[in-house]
Amino acid sequence: MFENFAAPNLLPAAPEIFLLFMVCLILLVDLGVRSPRRDLTFMLTQATLAVSALLTLWYAAADLMPFAPGEPARAMLTFYNMFIADLLGSFLKALVCLAVMASLAYSRRYLEERSSIPQGEYCVLALFATLGMMVMISANHFLSLYLGLEILSLSLCALTALQRDSVTASEAAMKYFVLGALASGMLLYGMSMLYGVTGSLEITEVAEQVHAMRGMPTNKTVLAFGLVFLVAGLAFKLGAVPFHMWLPDVYHGAPTSVTLLIAAAPKLAAFVMVIRLLVGGLSSLFADWQSMLMLLAVLSMGLGNFVAIAQQNIKRMLAWSAIAHMGFMLLGLASGVVRGGNRYIALEAYTASLFYMVTYVLATLAVFGLIMLLSRRGFESDELDDFKGLNQRSRWFAAMMLIMMLSLAGIPFFVGFIAKFAVLESVVISGHYWLAVLAVLFSLIGAFFYLRVIWLMYFDEADKNAAPIEASFADRTLLSVNSVLVAAIGIFPQFLLNACGYVLARSF
Amino acid sequence: MSSYPLLSLAVWIPVAAGFAVLATGADRNAALARRIALAGAALGFLVTLPLYAGFDTARSGMQFEEIHAWIPHFNARYHLGVDGISLLFVILNSLVTVFVILAGWKAVENQVAQYNAAFLIMSGLMNGIFVALDGLLFYVFFEASLIPLYLIVGVWGGPRRVYAAIKFFLYTLSGSLLFLVAILYLFARSGSFAILEWHLLPLALHEQVWLFIAFLVAFAVKVPMFPLHTWLPDAHVEAPTGGSVVLAAIALKLGAYGFVRFSLPITPDAAHELAWLMIALSLIAVVYIGFVALAQTDMKKLVAYSSISHMGFVTLGFFMMSALAIEGALVQMISHGFVSAAMFLSIGVLYDRMHSRQIADYGGVAHTMPKFAALFMLFAMANAGLPATSGFVGEFMVILAAVQFNFWVAFAAASTLILGAAYTLWMYKRVIFGAVANDAVRALADLSGREYLILGLLALCVLGMGLYPQAFTEVMHVSVNDLLQHIALKKY
Repeated sequence: MFENFAAPNLLPAAPEIFLLFMVCLILLVDLGVRSPRRDLTFMLTQATLAVSALLTLWYAAADLMPFAPGEPARAMLTFYNMFIADLLGSFLKALVCLAVMASLAYSRRYLEERSSIPQGEYCVLALFATLGMMVMISANHFLSLYLGLEILSLSLCALTALQRDSVTASEAAMKYFVLGALASGMLLYGMSMLYGVTGSLEITEVAEQVHAMRGMPTNKTVLAFGLVFLVAGLAFKLGAVPFHMWLPDVYHGAPTSVTLLIAAAPKLAAFVMVIRLLVGGLSSLFADWQSMLMLLAVLSMGLGNFVAIAQQNIKRMLAWSAIAHMGFMLLGLASGVVRGGNRYIALEAYTASLFYMVTYVLATLAVFGLIMLLSRRGFESDELDDFKGLNQRSRWFAAMMLIMMLSLAGIPFFVGFIAKFAVLESVVISGHYWLAVLAVLFSLIGAFFYLRVIWLMYFDEADKNAAPIEASFADRTLLSVNSVLVAAIGIFPQFLLNACGYVLARSF
Repeated sequence: MSSYPLLSLAVWIPVAAGFAVLATGADRNAALARRIALAGAALGFLVTLPLYAGFDTARSGMQFEEIHAWIPHFNARYHLGVDGISLLFVILNSLVTVFVILAGWKAVENQVAQYNAAFLIMSGLMNGIFVALDGLLFYVFFEASLIPLYLIVGVWGGPRRVYAAIKFFLYTLSGSLLFLVAILYLFARSGSFAILEWHLLPLALHEQVWLFIAFLVAFAVKVPMFPLHTWLPDAHVEAPTGGSVVLAAIALKLGAYGFVRFSLPITPDAAHELAWLMIALSLIAVVYIGFVALAQTDMKKLVAYSSISHMGFVTLGFFMMSALAIEGALVQMISHGFVSAAMFLSIGVLYDRMHSRQIADYGGVAHTMPKFAALFMLFAMANAGLPATSGFVGEFMVILAAVQFNFWVAFAAASTLILGAAYTLWMYKRVIFGAVANDAVRALADLSGREYLILGLLALCVLGMGLYPQAFTEVMHVSVNDLLQHIALKKY
C-alpha cells in the first residue's frame, strides 16, 4: 500500500523537529505555571534554544572534516530535496538560536515590568519565530522557503501586537502585517515566474535550468521579470530602500524586546534567503541582479544615513541605521561577481557580507539590550535625550554604549570597522572604485549620528531627576561579554572570518 | 640591538596604563589615578630611550622590527619598525605625554581617571601610528586615535566644545576614509598591506595621481593645510590645555608624517607632478595664515594659527624634495612639537589662574610673574625663530633649500621670520609688558614647582635643540637620503 512511500531522513532536520516538539510542550506546560515571573517557561525556552543550537552543531560536526577540492559534498538534502542542511545553514541556525537566546535574556526584566505582555505566549511565539528562521535557512525549495518566511513573519507580527494596550504597537503590527504580506506577494509572484520558465520549484533544479537557458531571448525576458519581483521581495524583507518604509515604524512602535527580536536574528535568516536565491539559484543571471543590488545598496546607504540624523528617538534612529547597514551588506553581495567569474574573489565578497551580517547582529543585540536595561516601568528610555549625561550616571553603561556606537560607526578596534573594511575590500577588488568612495562618504555622514549619541552621553549634563540605573549582575555580565566580543573580534577577526569563509566555501 | 620588543612596549605600555587608571574608578581615587598615570607615562617614555641609544644611524631601512601574523585573511601583519624619520616622533610623543599628565595635575578636577586614561591611551595609539609598517595597522591606529581626542575636547573643553569636537572628528574622519579607499586600492594591486612593499609597487601615473589626491585629503586635513585648516582653531580654543598640547605637538605631525611615509615614496611621480600645488598651498599657509594670526585677540587661537603657518614650512620642505629641505622640515616638526607644547602650556598656566585667554584681559604680567615671563619669553622667541632656539634651525634649513629651489618661493617663505616675530612678540608685549592691567593680574602667583619643572624641561629641549641640532639630524640623515634616492626613480 505504501510501496511508493520512502520515509525521509529525519536526521538533518532534527533541530527543527526538536524545536517544534518543545514549542508544543512549552505551550502546554505554561498553562500550569502560576507564578507571574514564569521562570519555568523561560528556563525551558532557553534550554530548548540551547539544545537546538547544539543539535545543529552536532549534525554539522560530521561535515567539518577536511575535504579535497572537487570532491562532492555529503548529501544533506531530505524531504524530497525541500530541505538542505549544509554547513552555511547549520552555522547560521546555531547563531540564530544564540541570538534569540541573548534577545530573550536581555528582555527578561523588561518583560517582567510590563505586565500587559503575556509572557508565556511571548516565549512560545519567539520559539515559533526561531523555527521559522531555521526552516527558511534550510530551505532548498521555494515552498519551504515561503513556509519558513511566513512562520517567522506571522510570529513576529503577533509578538509586535502582544502589548494590547499600546496604540503604537498595534499600529506597528498592522503595518508589519500589511507590508509583509505585500512583500510576500511580490516574492511569490517572482517565484511563480521562475516556475513558469523552469518548471521547478527546487532551487538547485532552477539553477541548472536557468544555466541551460543562457542565450534564449524569450525566456530571458520572463526570467528577468521574475527576478525583479524576487529581488523586490527580498529587499522588503531586508529593509533596503525603496522597500524600507515598514522598518522605522515597526522598530519604533514595537516594545523594545520585540524590536530586538525583529532587528537581530531575522537578518541572518534573510541573508541566507538572499544568498540561496541569488547566488545559489540565479547566479547565471548575475548581470541582472548585480546592478539591482548595487542600486538598492547605494539608495539604502544614502537615505538611511541621512534620515537617521533627523531622528529624536533612538529606536527610530537605529532603524534608519539598520537600513544603511543593509545597504552596506548588499554592497558585498553585489561585488561578489566579477568579470571572469573568479570563484575565490566571489567567495571573499560573500564572506565579507556574511561577516558583516553576523557582527551587525552582535552589535545590535547589545544596543537594544542596553536600551532595555536602562528602561523602567513606564519609562522606555528610547528617546535620544534619555541618554544625556549617561557617563555621570553610570560610567560602565556609557562605556558599553560608546563601544557599540563606535562599532556601528565603523571606527577601528571595534568589529564594525573590520566588517566595513572587508566589504570595501571586495568592492575595490571587484573594480567598483566609485562605489567604494560613495560608501565611505555615506559612512562619514552616518558617523555623525553615532557621534551624537556619544556626545549626549559624555558631553552633556545629566538630568538631576533621572532615575538611578540598576541592573542585575547577570545583565551586566551578559552586556559586558557582548561588548567584549565586539571589541575582541574587532582586534582578532581572523577566526570568525575563517569560519564565515569556510561555511560558504563548503556550501557553494 | 635589543631583544626586547621595545616598539610594542612603547605602544602598549601607555594603553595598559590607561586601562589601569580607568580601573581606579570614580573621582574619590583621583590622587591614585594621577600617580598611576604619571608612572605609566614615565615608563612609556623610558622605554623609548633605548630606541635612541640603540639606533644605528649608519644603517638604512627599518630597525627594531617586529613582525607577527595578525589577520591572514587580509594578509595584514602586525609589523612595527622605525627608521630615522619616525624614531624621533615616538620619543617626542612619549615625552609630551609626561608633560600633559603633569599639566593636568591640578587643573582637572572632574573625571580625573577618565581624563588621564584618555591621554595615555591616545599616546599609545599615536606611537602606533609612527611605528606601524602595515597599512591596515597604520589605519587602525590612525583612526582609533581620534576617539580619545574627541572625548578630551568634548568632555573637558570650553563652552563650544561639542561643536569643536564634532567638527574635529568629522573633518579628520572624512580625510581618513578616502585614505582607506586608497590603501584598499593598493592592496588590490599588490595583494599585501606591507607599506614597504607598496613603496616598490610600480604604478601608472594616473593611478599615482588619484592615490596622491586621496592621501593628500587625508593628511592635509591632519596637518592642517590651507584650505582644510578651519577645524584646528576651533579645536584648539575649546580643548583643555593638555588637549591643545597633544593636538599641536603630536596630532599635527601625523599628517606630515603621512606625506613622507605614504605620498612621497608610494606616489613619487605624482608628487613631482603636483609639487607646484603643494608648494603653493604651503606658501599660502605660511604667509596668509601668518597674517590671520596677527589679527587674533585670543591667545590660543593665535598660537593655533601660528601652528598652521609653521606646519606650512614642513610641507613646503617636503615638496622641494632636496635633502636639506626634507631634513629641515623634519627638524621643524620636532621643534614645533617642543615650542607649540611650551606655548600652549604657558597659556595654560595663565588660563588656570585667570580663566581667560583674551589678550585684552592681560598686561604687565611680568611684574607679578617674573619667572614665568622669562620662560615665556624664551618660548615666544623660539616661536618667532630666533637663532640658538630650536625654531631657528628648521626654518633656516628650509629657507636655505628654498633659495636653491626658487628665489620667489624663498622670498615668500622668509616673510615668516617677520610675520612670526610680529604676531608672537606683539602678543607677548601686550600680555607680559606694560603696566599691570587690572586687579586680577596684580593677584597672580608665579609658577609653582610643578609648572616650573615642566616649562624648565621644555626650555632645555628648545635650547638644546637650537644649540646642537646635530643630535637630531644625524639620526635622520641616512633615511632621508634613501627616501630621496627612492623618489628620484620613476615608478612606471
